[in-house]
Amino acid sequence: MLLQQLVNGLTLGAVYTLVALSFSLVMGLLAILNIAIGELFMLGGYLGFAVIAAHFPLAAALLIGMAGAALVALVIDKIGYEPLRHAPPITPLLSTIGFSIILQNVVTNVWGSDPLQLPSELFDRRVSLGPVQIGVMQMVVVAVTVVLVAAVAFLIQKTAVGRALRAVSENREVARLLGVSASRITLFAFMLSGALAGAAGVLISLHYATITPYIGVDTGLKAIAVMVIGGTTSVWGALIAGPLIGIAEVMTIAFGGSQMRDFVVYGLMIVTLLLRPQGLLGARSEFGQRV
Amino acid sequence: MSTYYAGLFADIGILMLGALSVYIILVTNQLSLGNAGFMAIGSYVASYLTVEQHWALTPALIVAALTACVIGVIVGFPALRLKGIYLAIATLGFGEMVRSFFLVFSPMGGSGGYRGMPHVSLGYIWAWTAGILLLVTLLERSRLWLEMRAIHDDETAAGLVGLNTTLTKVGAFGFSAAVAAIAGGLFAHHYIYIEPGNFGFERSIDFVLAVILGGSTVGAGALVGAALLVLLPEWLRFLADWRLAAFGAMLILVLLTRPQGILDRPLLGLLRRRSKPS
Repeated sequence: MLLQQLVNGLTLGAVYTLVALSFSLVMGLLAILNIAIGELFMLGGYLGFAVIAAHFPLAAALLIGMAGAALVALVIDKIGYEPLRHAPPITPLLSTIGFSIILQNVVTNVWGSDPLQLPSELFDRRVSLGPVQIGVMQMVVVAVTVVLVAAVAFLIQKTAVGRALRAVSENREVARLLGVSASRITLFAFMLSGALAGAAGVLISLHYATITPYIGVDTGLKAIAVMVIGGTTSVWGALIAGPLIGIAEVMTIAFGGSQMRDFVVYGLMIVTLLLRPQGLLGARSEFGQRV
Repeated sequence: MSTYYAGLFADIGILMLGALSVYIILVTNQLSLGNAGFMAIGSYVASYLTVEQHWALTPALIVAALTACVIGVIVGFPALRLKGIYLAIATLGFGEMVRSFFLVFSPMGGSGGYRGMPHVSLGYIWAWTAGILLLVTLLERSRLWLEMRAIHDDETAAGLVGLNTTLTKVGAFGFSAAVAAIAGGLFAHHYIYIEPGNFGFERSIDFVLAVILGGSTVGAGALVGAALLVLLPEWLRFLADWRLAAFGAMLILVLLTRPQGILDRPLLGLLRRRSKPS
């Protein structure tokens, strides 16, 4: 029972990790919250659903979900962020809420407001490991998450574009003087962030085999908590904080009642903010600290 | 007035109070994404007093406001450690914690909601709304307001010239919480049914939206923003299924064309000159 809950919490946490990373890419670079990430996650889920329903393989669903969400993220950057770059940080936060409203409305009109269901036999295969039942889809969720996080970490730490990203987040003006196109890097961060949220959406919707237009709000806010707990300055922080929160949430549901879980998650977030504002793995100096 | 318009005007009044509550702390450069939490506290305290203790609404609202004010001050102290977007995230967490607290708080109905409150008239709601707006407008002309603005512009400099920034910021939090609580109490006695879902993240965002759209540099902006936020979706009804998308698009458009909000000081000055031809 306990082990089973751990496995379920780990799966949920893997998805939180991806969405948290999506938030922290934009937050670490620009110190703004892109609230529409919750809806990019939801959109990715619907796109993945549509691809699977058309009998394409899982990899295609992931690719389409990521590409679709990244494209919308491009639009959000160009219309909702770039023109408001010099406004106080609340303004772009609110404009991304405008995009949230639009995306929710469009998805509701295209796919309906009732939950969509996948025929459950598609991903229902389970493997027994002693007392624990692990769904094949659960393994896919965790594996894809680990691969994506490693890829993002590699990208940020080892490649030229990652160096440019860190330079812009450290000091936008100096980076520009050194010949880095800050607006291009911003666009890249937005799209990468969108792709991660889209991937998370595909994974969670196929894992639960059901999706509604409203899943983005709840998951998005939880992912913000995960981002804070892990620390916005570290890619690996999200990888630890995601499963931590996922497990905490599943355990609270199992032993304290499902109504308590938000209380526990946001309580942990506030305690982190007060005692260790840089997050579990955050360092104060590297990758743009903007407290 | 038809009940339809009466309902809309009540919504505007309540939303305006919520917007003012955000405005009051925004002036000290603190953004709250969790004022629906204070609204929930006011809502539940006032309802408890009128329903279980048979109080009249006015003293119940005052006690609700004082309760929220104390909680606001308690929240305001640790919040001093946080700045900018991190403070906003912390307040978001606070709002969600209050919401989920009332979900499990069974004496007040828990997730099933709470009912039995006496209904209030539109006039009563607007008496409070106008009173608080007047209070904020008077505050805007005071020395205290200048101190709050000084903290907004440069907190370190404000501290260096001898202003008590801690007291001012925490005080603003307490006042803000009290105003949000009154909005909550009026909400409960207008809808005569409350549930924790009424006080989620979206409500907090509505408050912030009303302030920023209406104009974040003048208190009266909250009135413009609240009216816009309530009436715009109604005017867009002819778009049927697409009205929310149109609302979102118009929201972005207003932010792009007037990032300082619809009402600002130059516009307010212009309106004043027009109305008083010399």
